Amino acid sequence: MSEHYTDASLEHKPTYGIYILVWLVLMILTGVTVAVAGINLGNITVATALTIAIIKSYLVLTFFMHLKSESATFRIFVGVALLFLLISIALLFTDYSFL
Amino acid sequence: MSTLAEHTVPHVHRDDVGSRLGMWLFLFTELILFGGMFLVYAVYRYTNQQEFHVAAKELNTSLGTLNTLVLLTSSLTIVLAIVAIRKGNKRLSVFLQIITLILALGFLINKYFEWNIKIHHGLFPGSEILLGKGSGEIIFFGLYYVMTGLHALHVMVGFVLIEIMTGYTIKGKINSTNYVRLEAAGLYWHLVDIIWIFLFPLFYLIT
Repeated sequence: MSEHYTDASLEHKPTYGIYILVWLVLMILTGVTVAVAGINLGNITVATALTIAIIKSYLVLTFFMHLKSESATFRIFVGVALLFLLISIALLFTDYSFL
Repeated sequence: MSTLAEHTVPHVHRDDVGSRLGMWLFLFTELILFGGMFLVYAVYRYTNQQEFHVAAKELNTSLGTLNTLVLLTSSLTIVLAIVAIRKGNKRLSVFLQIITLILALGFLINKYFEWNIKIHHGLFPGSEILLGKGSGEIIFFGLYYVMTGLHALHVMVGFVLIEIMTGYTIKGKINSTNYVRLEAAGLYWHLVDIIWIFLFPLFYLIT
């Protein structure tokens, strides 16, 4: 009995190194978030925290969740999902940011 | 390329790409669930900025930071477990999955102590101390308990999922050619990690 399956492998040669590197960057970014939170940056405090969180999420999505080696279909799916979330946020703030 | 000879052999059809895509679709529903809560948070934070800052001072930044590091590391160990099984290193994969489970447990124990301290300080939904505070602070703690609580629930679900996958790996059901289930559990675990990446600065670092 033979097994037939489509594209079982994500990438041809799995390696440990890249993930450890991404993890190190994530640890450093966590340190940066905590350090920056101690400084009063006024209005851009939230923006800084969110920017770092977005960078961290991007790294997790791209490397840990393998979007880098998945087909374009996956990236389009994720992009559309995030776009709709972004639309909800944008529409919500048209109601609130002009109070 | 398939040949005529291959078609005469009965085969098991498996669609790993389809399985992964299915998992991603499920993760989008999680995105909507937590996304909605983040929207609620955004509105109340915008309308109660001062009170949110005061309330956030009650949270323990060190415990929050520790939990961030624990969760990020557990994300690394689960992704390395997938690499290990793909390389055919079953023992290392099982070891890394067990480390992930220990880290998940560590996160929950940490969360238990964190909530315990809050509750001892009388800061829980409906407590007299909390109800004596301003409406913004009541909302902050309401959101804190609901959002970190729902996240902790996801950590528990992830723990059970990974535990099942560890069992499969030991039994050989997950192996170097069939590891899509471990992949799916890993995707779920990373989503839990991403949610925490946003919860952490929004609750613990706004003082």
